[in-house]
Order: sequence, then structure tokens, then C-alpha cells
Amino acid sequence: MDAVRADDTDLELIARLRAGDEDAFMDLVDTLQPAMLRVARMYVSTQAVAEEVVQDAWLGVLKGLDRFEGRSSLRTWIFRIVTNIAKTRGQREGRSVPFASLAGDDLDQPTFDPSRFLGDDSQYPGHWSTFPPDWSGVPEDRLLGSETLEVAGAAIEALPPMQAEVIRLRDVLGWSSAEVRNALELSETNQRVLLHRARGKVRRALDRYFESEMGA
Amino acid sequence: MSTDEDFPCRELVEALTDYLEDAMPAEDRGRLEAHLAICEGCTTVLEQFRETIRVTGHLTEDEVSGPDRESIRAVYRAWRAEPTG
Repeated sequence: MDAVRADDTDLELIARLRAGDEDAFMDLVDTLQPAMLRVARMYVSTQAVAEEVVQDAWLGVLKGLDRFEGRSSLRTWIFRIVTNIAKTRGQREGRSVPFASLAGDDLDQPTFDPSRFLGDDSQYPGHWSTFPPDWSGVPEDRLLGSETLEVAGAAIEALPPMQAEVIRLRDVLGWSSAEVRNALELSETNQRVLLHRARGKVRRALDRYFESEMGA
Repeated sequence: MSTDEDFPCRELVEALTDYLEDAMPAEDRGRLEAHLAICEGCTTVLEQFRETIRVTGHLTEDEVSGPDRESIRAVYRAWRAEPTG
């Protein structure tokens, strides 16, 4: 689980890039660039600078291809390059970005309001005082309907940048958790805390939406 | 007061991502699953986390934005034109 190495797909893609397959390169650009820009934007002052960082990163990727040893997946390696260039650029701009401002200041906040649970003086401390409403009455087409997706998307937009990026890479794009933490330079624990906060907030947004829709 | 074996709901809901990411010591995992077997509320929340992940998995990335595609293509062409080394 820890070492996500370049797989055959990565190696084949690298061979094609070296051989001059421009379409393969542009596919890679289309796939990764939105996330690369967001990551760059965390560390630099403007969108325009983030775009320059991404352009520099692509050049760095191409120049580094011959030295890429496949000890991480290709996309993880590309994100490390973006992050490094963006951090250096941010420092040169005199911009210091503390981890807390990216991660959010709510990492130790509970997922549910404490009043949902019985107090320590009750017979069952820490157990539900009332069960959370379930979503079993929500029809499948509503569950994955466009309005629901909009609610989820808006909830992710509202997250602190690193929480948003972790849930996007892990749950929207389906990267492995090892790839996510390597790409974003997070510890295993931080990655999971960020993911848990992010999922918890999206869950709450969906819960509110279903409750108002279903009149539950 | 809870027994040694129990996993209070308030703590369990905070452990759901560790559980779903398969990043939990076997002993805690056992306690968590034992609790789920008897707790409707926690089972509901676990199901909601699974549904949340499923909904999120149906989102798509933003439209490609950022540096103009052609300028990135130019980066590639320039790299290709360089002598290797």
C-alpha cells in the first residue's frame, strides 16, 4: 500500500512521450492540468502565476522523464514537480503559506454536533441521543441526480483548499490514498484527517439537501 | 460507563474514514464491526459515508482551464526539438 510504483500504463505512456506522441502528451495535459493548477494556486498569489508554474512544471516533467525511475506513479511524480515549483515561486513572491491556512482550522472539530450524543453522566455516554435520519427513502435517480451532484460539488468548493484537493483526488478522481498523500506531500495521518473532514462536510450538505427535499 | 469492548457512537463516526480506507488496527476494526452489528444509528452513518463517496465519484473535473493548450503543446514541441541529454 505504501509504495505505489509506476505501472505498465505509466511506462507505456512514458515511452510514447519520448517517442514524440503529441496526442498522448495532450491527453495527459487534459487529464491532470485542472488539478495541477489548483495545487499551484495554493502556494502562489494569482491565477496567472499558477498558470506559469504549471507551464514550468510541464517543461520540468519532460526534461526529467529520462531520470524518472518509476518509484512513484507518473502522476504522483508530476504533482511533486508542480508542488516544488509552486512552493519555490511562492517563497520568491514573499508569500508564506502556513499549513493550517491550507488545511483549515477545523481538523479537530467533530463530524456531528456533540448534542447528538448522550452526555457522560448518562447510562450510555457517547451514544446517539436520537438516531440520524437515514437516506433509504431517497430514490436512486435523486441520489445521483444533477441537483445532488451540484450540492456535493458546492460543498467541495467551500472546503479549505487542501481538504478540497484531498477529496477531489481520492474520491472524485479515484486515486489511491498513497498516491494522494505523496502527490500533495501529506503524512498518512494528515491525509486521512483531511479526507474525513471533507467527506463529513459533504455528507452533511447532502443530508440537509435530502432532508429539505424529502420533507423528512 | 461503557464496557471495554464497546466503541461509543461519538468516537465511531470519527473513525469511519480510517475504517473505509482500511487503515485501522485489526482489534479496533473488530470492535467497530461489533458495534455496527447492534447500532442502527452508526450503521446509517456508515451507509451515508459510502453514499457520499459514491455521489462524489460521479462528479467530474472542472473544464480544462489554465495555460492555453497550444502553449503547452509548444513546450512539448520545443522539448522534442532539443537534442537529448
